[in-house]
Amino acid sequence: MQAVLGDGGEVRPVVAAPDPVLSRPGERVDPADPKTVALAADLLATMRMSPGCVGLAAPQVGVAVQVFVVDVTGHPKTLTVHGAFALCNAEIAQASRWRPGREGCMSVPDLTGDVKRAGQVVVTGQVPGTGEQVTVTTDAFEARALQHELDHCAGLLFLDRVAGAHAVHPRKVYR
Amino acid sequence: MDELAVTLIGHDRPGIVAEVSGALADLGLNLTDSTMTRLRGHFAMTLICTGGAGAGAVDAALQPMCADGSLLATVREVRPESESLPRGTPYLVSLHGADRLGIVAAVTRVLARSGGNITDLTTRLVGPLYVLVAEVDLPPDSADEVATQLAATADELGVEVTIRPGEMDVL
Repeated sequence: MQAVLGDGGEVRPVVAAPDPVLSRPGERVDPADPKTVALAADLLATMRMSPGCVGLAAPQVGVAVQVFVVDVTGHPKTLTVHGAFALCNAEIAQASRWRPGREGCMSVPDLTGDVKRAGQVVVTGQVPGTGEQVTVTTDAFEARALQHELDHCAGLLFLDRVAGAHAVHPRKVYR
Repeated sequence: MDELAVTLIGHDRPGIVAEVSGALADLGLNLTDSTMTRLRGHFAMTLICTGGAGAGAVDAALQPMCADGSLLATVREVRPESESLPRGTPYLVSLHGADRLGIVAAVTRVLARSGGNITDLTTRLVGPLYVLVAEVDLPPDSADEVATQLAATADELGVEVTIRPGEMDVL
């Protein structure tokens, strides 16, 4: 999956809520379209430029389409790791082992929220460039990251899934 | 611009939040941060609002809701707080056990002595069971010592205490 994700993407500005693009369900894309490939490369470059960022979806750079990149390599909570990869038109085929966790998001920079996510998922989607249909079976932190990015592609933020009225917290930046 | 700090405590019934927020909106006040819960069945709300109206006007607007004595409102002008950067690391302390006098005092004394700053706290008494959950920012490298002291305090109180990192992941 990594093969099509070359270098050379451009860093794009990340948009923040309440920008309406974050709440619009993303359109499906043609994975073979050069614009889709360029967008995936830009998402990767932007993710790489952002400290601690393990995933980025197209709506976060202002494009309401179903494309995202993920890379949880090196994160302490990972079990299964697929490295850096991009998916188009991805969907969850199976989800199980739901667990709570506290999430932050580059597009909601001042808040965190307690959100339940599946600890085991099967996600299907297409690789930008080749359009190859792939199935990603993963767990733990990579599963959480995928669900977070899939939500972005569906026009959802973690704020749409928080566990209760006292499950939204000020985000603390620790020095 | 000054902010107004408002507290409301009293008998719970449907519609209090709608009436309070409506009164504030009618005065042109923007309800910024707020929290509301029920404490042992009592309605309890704390909020900050900003806008042109003064404390006296807000107090007057809330008085009709308080006239029968079922609700107590306080309104104060407060200086805006700067968002100070927390120093240290977030931890979650949870405690449960048989209720007795002084549990919160004993536990929070341990946290305060170590320089910990509590950022969120809930306690509940249900029947004989007492529960405390606190989020606390601890100074660097103090967690092990705090854990040791908390364990000793928990032994004295006869309650169970756990302390664990308050984890958060940026996605």
